[in-house]
Amino acid sequence: MTQSLKDKLVIILLAAVIAAFSITFIAIEEQVEIFALLVFAAALVLGGAKLGITASIAQSLARNERLMNFAFIAATIAVVFWFREDHFPLLMIATVLLYVIACCGLNIQFGFTGVVNFAGAAFFGVGCYTAAVLGDTSVPLLLVILLGGIIAAIVGSVLIIPVLRTRGHYAAVVTIAFGLLFRTFLEVNDTLGGPQGLGVSGMNLFGWDFNNNIEISENLEISFYMNYVVLALIMVVLTFVLMRRIERSWIGLNFDAVRLDETAAACFGINIKRWKIVAFTLGNFLAGTAGALYAMMLGFIAPSNFAFSDSLILVSIVLLGGMGSLWGTILAAGLVVLLPEKLQVIQEYRFLIYAVVMILILLFRPQGILPRGLRAYIPGWRG
Amino acid sequence: MAQQQETVLTFRGLTRRFGGVIALNKFDMELTNGQILGLIGPNGSGKTTSFNVLTGIYEANGGSIEFLGQDITSWPAQKVYEAGVARTFQRSRLCLELSIFDNIMIGNHKRLNQGLLFNIFQRKALKEQIQENHEEARKLLKIFDPALAEKMFDPVGSLRMIDRRRIEICRALISHPRLLLLDEPSAGMTHEETRELMDDILEVREMIDGLSIILVEHEMGMIERVTDKCIVLNFGQKICEGAYRDVASDKLVQEAYLGGE
Repeated sequence: MTQSLKDKLVIILLAAVIAAFSITFIAIEEQVEIFALLVFAAALVLGGAKLGITASIAQSLARNERLMNFAFIAATIAVVFWFREDHFPLLMIATVLLYVIACCGLNIQFGFTGVVNFAGAAFFGVGCYTAAVLGDTSVPLLLVILLGGIIAAIVGSVLIIPVLRTRGHYAAVVTIAFGLLFRTFLEVNDTLGGPQGLGVSGMNLFGWDFNNNIEISENLEISFYMNYVVLALIMVVLTFVLMRRIERSWIGLNFDAVRLDETAAACFGINIKRWKIVAFTLGNFLAGTAGALYAMMLGFIAPSNFAFSDSLILVSIVLLGGMGSLWGTILAAGLVVLLPEKLQVIQEYRFLIYAVVMILILLFRPQGILPRGLRAYIPGWRG
Repeated sequence: MAQQQETVLTFRGLTRRFGGVIALNKFDMELTNGQILGLIGPNGSGKTTSFNVLTGIYEANGGSIEFLGQDITSWPAQKVYEAGVARTFQRSRLCLELSIFDNIMIGNHKRLNQGLLFNIFQRKALKEQIQENHEEARKLLKIFDPALAEKMFDPVGSLRMIDRRRIEICRALISHPRLLLLDEPSAGMTHEETRELMDDILEVREMIDGLSIILVEHEMGMIERVTDKCIVLNFGQKICEGAYRDVASDKLVQEAYLGGE
């Protein structure tokens, strides 16, 4: 068997295994079974790493990037299709996808450029409230998603000066303060619904109402969440293309240079402020677009959705997956969003467990579960 | 020959203070086209400070800097680089987790298209630019070490000290600067490695027409071999200037280095 055929088989098999695992994980309810499945998966990954299997799989993936992308999209579609009639699994999947988009935004900010942002949930929230306010107007709802991003970016510009002037802990404090301000502002602002929040009209594309189930035949009625999953998946793919293009260009290089050594970067003409502003704005834009669709999907938002703890969840996804790592972000978003839903036992201890996991990760694997690799400007090309 | 005499860089009364300490005290200096100038002096005598003031990392407290006929005294680091000054650092400041190619391309900033839309949407043109610059970086790196040129996509963190120095020098040279500032290139290397690096520097100078170099160095063998002219600093002040042989035999210089009386 040739190498390339072997690679292709490995990738397809891997995608199938991931799809099957995801379906099983989402479908089973019994707590013991879920634990067993997680332990099994962990053992599989650790064992594979010990035997060098994961490394060889990673090489196969790197050699066939296009196939890998399509295989993983196909796997996602398979999982989504499996749950076509069930509201709750689809809602969870759509939530994971939207978290992935928001975390991609954070990845541009501190994964690539080193600009810390502990107010991720606030920018996500700006998108949500944009959808709530504009949802009832005559603005096309697809445009509202875009506007959610744009308004989040504009609101973020308030923070640009403090973010440029501060570094490290101080920048963290500035963004934390902004997040708290945002929530307080929403709570006292009556036009935005105050602490009770606002209802949001659902997505409607050219007369196609996203909030109606899709009746295919008498015994097949697809959950209306499918609409949101499909749109979210399209947005994830677009976000991914954007992220990849940024990473594999001089922009990505500038971001890295700014993060790793500002002084050296300045000595080679890199305008630190410009690239920090670009990264911060772009990141907030992505968080805003994700928020807008999220609000339409939930149909109701309140200030309590955008607390500091929600920002921390976004940050923990980025750290857990690996700074700047796109596939890592997806894996981590899946774990962080789904685990508390599946393991009811941990729900009360959610933050305790997060904290422990984060400390363990930072201690033993600071580069994250799926660390970002070296920049491959042109896939498969090494000069 | 007339071009050889063109002045590239002039310091006039350049002064820099840190609180009560005068790191650079009324420093006058002139560098002509193609010249290699050695900047020597004990630790803390102002050698690196003069680089930092020149490249815009520190502001000057007095005096002026003229580069290719322009007053660049208060220019930010980015603008100084655009004008044609590139440097290395005393403690290697490469991005260790990035590849060799990435690091060299950081130094090539002004010759790459940095437009947002170009980078995101014109992938074909970007691809060509990447490949062209890759070829150029490879050629440059080959002068220093052909083996290194084959490892363009390896992380810099995996390399030996001498290779890192070479990459730092390539990062500075890739943008075709008029003035190269080398801050203790031999630091942390063995004698043998230092000799190799010296050869490389001499070769580069032969290749690039009109490249002036300022070299800060403690390794006197290196200074003797490569420099055309030396300036000795002590407590931020110039105490001596001339060819290495004359400077080395100067009484003041010996006192500064060995402690007089």
